[in-house]
Amino acid sequence: MASLKQRGVSVVLKGYEWLEHRLGLIKPIATAAGHPTPSNNASWWYVFGSAASVLLVLQVVTGILLALVYSPSANEAWGSLQLLNHNVALGWYLRALHGWGSDFMIAIVLIHMVQVFLFGSFKFPRELTWIIGVVLLLLTLGMAFTGQVMRFDQDAYWGLGIGASIMSRIPFIGAPLVHLMLGSPIIGGATLSRFFTLHVFVIPGMLLAGVGLHIWMTLLHGVSEWPMPGRIVSKATYEREYHEMTEKTGIPFVPDAAWKDAVFAASILFAVMACAFFFGPFGPGGPPDPTIIQTAPKPDFAFLWIYAVLAFLPPSIETPVMLVVPVLAIAGMLLLPLIMGEGERHWARRPVAVLMVSVIAVSLGIFTHLGTYTPWSPIMNAWTSDAIPAKYLQGRSPLERQGALVLQNKQCRNCHVLDGAGGQRGPSLDAVASLLTEDQIIRQLLQGGGNMPAYGNALNPSETKALMQFLMTLRGNDLAPAVDASRSLVHADQQSAPVAPAPPAASAPDGKTP
Amino acid sequence: MSELLKYPGESSNDDLPPEGKAAAHSRRTFLFKLSVMLNVVVGSVLGVPLVGYLLGPARKKSSDVGSWVSLGSTSGFPVGETRLVDFQSPVSSLGDGETAKVAAWVRRISAQQFQVFAVNCAHLGCPVRWFAQSKLFMCPCHGGAYYEDGARASGPPERGLFEYRYKVDGDSLVIHAGDMPTLATQASCGKKPLIQIEPAAADETRTTPWQA
Repeated sequence: MASLKQRGVSVVLKGYEWLEHRLGLIKPIATAAGHPTPSNNASWWYVFGSAASVLLVLQVVTGILLALVYSPSANEAWGSLQLLNHNVALGWYLRALHGWGSDFMIAIVLIHMVQVFLFGSFKFPRELTWIIGVVLLLLTLGMAFTGQVMRFDQDAYWGLGIGASIMSRIPFIGAPLVHLMLGSPIIGGATLSRFFTLHVFVIPGMLLAGVGLHIWMTLLHGVSEWPMPGRIVSKATYEREYHEMTEKTGIPFVPDAAWKDAVFAASILFAVMACAFFFGPFGPGGPPDPTIIQTAPKPDFAFLWIYAVLAFLPPSIETPVMLVVPVLAIAGMLLLPLIMGEGERHWARRPVAVLMVSVIAVSLGIFTHLGTYTPWSPIMNAWTSDAIPAKYLQGRSPLERQGALVLQNKQCRNCHVLDGAGGQRGPSLDAVASLLTEDQIIRQLLQGGGNMPAYGNALNPSETKALMQFLMTLRGNDLAPAVDASRSLVHADQQSAPVAPAPPAASAPDGKTP
Repeated sequence: MSELLKYPGESSNDDLPPEGKAAAHSRRTFLFKLSVMLNVVVGSVLGVPLVGYLLGPARKKSSDVGSWVSLGSTSGFPVGETRLVDFQSPVSSLGDGETAKVAAWVRRISAQQFQVFAVNCAHLGCPVRWFAQSKLFMCPCHGGAYYEDGARASGPPERGLFEYRYKVDGDSLVIHAGDMPTLATQASCGKKPLIQIEPAAADETRTTPWQA
């Protein structure tokens, strides 16, 4: 038996030697995998980069499998996704894996970037690793946007329209860029084809090559050691110190450090599978028919914050902000290691870095949250779906009730909340009479202003009168009615005079002022 | 090595290091440089048409795009009302499927006076909806609002709705449609003369999109 075992071993060894003599890759890879790394970075904080690579592999594999069925034609794309969801065995699960894998990949790439930034790992000699990493982030976001187009539903269609509209704001070359992006004068088959080409050939190719470079540079310079306050990165001494530390405390990356990467990657894959299984695939939503205008397009989760920012920018500065800020932000990220290539690495000694991460994270979180419920958008069916609360009709005069009807019929509820229901574009009307006087309400109704359209053309005098009467009854929990401060001055003057007319403050609440 | 026969192409400076050899081989170095030059020339000749193909859609001028499309009989648009219509884009091509359809809002002001608005919001292109009671167009994306004549009422748009050029041809309302309207493509479309493909009635009967 022993001789049999020995013979078996020697056959395997011979086979290996035959292969390696011709291939010449196994030994260098094994050496690279087992390279010594400072023991202090065998940490759970250093697992995100490898997890992102594993997710990329998942995306490539599931993407190839989806491409077996998907039809990148404007005619058929939406239908082929329905086919995948409902007719192809496990098609829904593959779509779900690819969709959730994309969300997880963006999240992990961002976390990886924040970790590298806070640990100061982008400093000398790893500047180029960071710069390639920034490009990889942009490519990942590019995959997310083009992937949303692949879904070719209503959101994808109007999302392309939003992209084209942003392009069209670039001075001088706006029109050629829009045509270049769409591939035709309208969003259509040519548009889907070019986004398919980007999503399946161009960006993945760049992504894989970039990841290759990124990993090569990580091997070349070694994984950065755990930062310590006061340990300064200097171009003169860093590499010597790093090598000394590696020699003194080094452990082989595989297996001593890599097991954490492997465990984390497996748990992330498991999380993707769980989300895919329990929550299913994303869409597709309604068909990409531009004549179906009963839709409220929204981008995918990763871009909701941009969608929200675009709602808040004032028209006058929107185009400059849209075109200049992204350029500055990307340039800032690319130049960061070149400007800050030396010095402290530890976050405790870099308060500005910590502040920046906090502010950016909170801002992105707030804008994304706003993007989930879009308070700036009118609720298109609120005027027919949200009734006037009964308590606002009790004890009201016929004219006031007529005013409530006018409020519903003129779609005021699309932008205004009454008792918690309605659009949030404008302010709630529950206590409007305690904020605006009768004159101010009429002026606001007829002339608009402060983001409210003028209704002068849409309201006849009797409708205006009724609506104003109803609004004057809305004073929250019996708050005092709004008064015009100048009126009381006039009133005081008149009271000092011998004959005083009826006080206007008393007439305002019942709305009997002529 | 010295007793081995030299093959005919081998030169006499075998003792030099490779760089020295290269320097000594002035003819081979020259030929290599020449071959690099040759590839630069071939590469440019190859590259120019490739880039031209890639940039093809960008070189098409907005003003050249589009033609007249009939929206049907004017009797379908009562005076004083604003109605949604859809039509097949005259610039669609094979495989556009449903995306070849275009929607527009038609407002009839008087017997001969119309306004035809693109559904695309002037802010970022989302489809605006008409509310006859409040006489407003509202956008679902970022809350842009427009008055019945298409003028900006409120919200982020910096201008009013995009309008199609129209004419009344006998009994039918005909509009000039081409580019999807955006701030850049619409602006150039309005200013420059457009190629007019007549008659518009021919467009209406066309059923095969690749004849566009």
